[in-house]
Amino acid sequence: MESMSRGATCMPEVAAVAPSAAKIAVQVKVNGKTYARESEPRMLLVEFLREACDLTGTHVGCDTSYCGACTVLMNGLAVKSCTMLAVQADGADITTVEGLEKDGQLGPIQKAFAEAYGLQCGYCTPGLMLAANQLLGTNPEPSEEEIRHAIAGNTCRCTGYMNILKAIQLAGRNMRGA
Amino acid sequence: MLGQLGEGAKPLAGGQSLIPLLKLRFASPEHLVDLNFIAETSFIREENGSLRFGAMTRHAEIEVSPLASKIPLLRDCSAGIADVQIRNRGTIGGSLAEADPSGDWANALLALNTEVHCVGPNGRRTIVLKDFIKDAYSTALAHDELVSEVEVKIPSKGSGGAYLAFKRSAPVYPSASVAVQLTMTGDVCQDAAISLGCVGLTAIRALEAESELRGKMLTESAIANAAEAARAAGDPQSDMRGSVEYKRQLVGALVRRAMGIAVRRAHGEHVEGGHLYA
Repeated sequence: MESMSRGATCMPEVAAVAPSAAKIAVQVKVNGKTYARESEPRMLLVEFLREACDLTGTHVGCDTSYCGACTVLMNGLAVKSCTMLAVQADGADITTVEGLEKDGQLGPIQKAFAEAYGLQCGYCTPGLMLAANQLLGTNPEPSEEEIRHAIAGNTCRCTGYMNILKAIQLAGRNMRGA
Repeated sequence: MLGQLGEGAKPLAGGQSLIPLLKLRFASPEHLVDLNFIAETSFIREENGSLRFGAMTRHAEIEVSPLASKIPLLRDCSAGIADVQIRNRGTIGGSLAEADPSGDWANALLALNTEVHCVGPNGRRTIVLKDFIKDAYSTALAHDELVSEVEVKIPSKGSGGAYLAFKRSAPVYPSASVAVQLTMTGDVCQDAAISLGCVGLTAIRALEAESELRGKMLTESAIANAAEAARAAGDPQSDMRGSVEYKRQLVGALVRRAMGIAVRRAHGEHVEGGHLYA
């Protein structure tokens, strides 16, 4: 998948101009676990997570900062990990979709997406769940309007958004124990 | 450091425009100097009747700031730039220094009294916004100079403003945007500032539209005349966001709507503004 997305978005001459730069040490905490790795300065955070940390739950969708499939939390805030360099995350606390589970069980947002059929192919789902995570962290009972504002940076190409809205409302209800 | 590295170095602020440009190979600097690790560059303060924003203040921080909400137009702009993820990273200083013709801040701030504070090896200087942005993607900054702060005068009581931008979807740049700031005494407009974005190489002040309003009762015909003058003031290009005629129509409609919100806010009402989606 990774090589497909690269082939789709990069121009052919790219390989020829790729510079060889010294690697830089990067230490990040991902889902509570510390990863100390070396990264080329140009490596994107999403590639670092997938390739250097072997956490492939974070997806590369468009690779143009549009679709939000690569959304992770950095220090609690949703960011597009395809629009940050890995070296910029040095010292940061990252949460990926793998970090949403609790004790080997699906976490409340994951459960709600499953129960409310908030996905079809599932490609956009990790990003949507992390965008929802930032929203519900500050606003446990969001209106539909507020949810739409919070997930406007996440594109779903198959389901449409109605069940996603329902899933996030359900997750909010479950998280506040209503 | 930028001075030492020479012209092949580029400062990296929020990166939400620059990193996509690097990926497309539209920019290929030899060095990137990340500004994100510099302390004390992200803040919002009120001083001597102005709001001062540190250059690295994120759009999302401005969106939720009670201080920034003293100028509702700023809240309109900050809450609608792209999407949540981009607002969490993108910065006000980076947006101005990028000087994209479709950028939101350059247009929103042009309708206000805005100064850009810059810092470099030769010291500090302050440039009014209209002189700071020279052309599309071009500013008064030297290659070894940075934006340090953006200073915006708080409009007087009785002044109301709004920023409206029309977008095809959240993450993209607007098709057109307008910023309006009106100072009212009753129904009479004492002063007016109208600026237009995405319809020229830089944001444009619609000076004729402003003079249609200044000193006048805001009757339906005064508003129509101003909207018509604003429509004519833009110099849009046909592109994937729409034809020339479509964008002119859009500007006229946005100016009318923004004026309506600005007047109500000048009279102390709370009205929603911001970005509209297709």
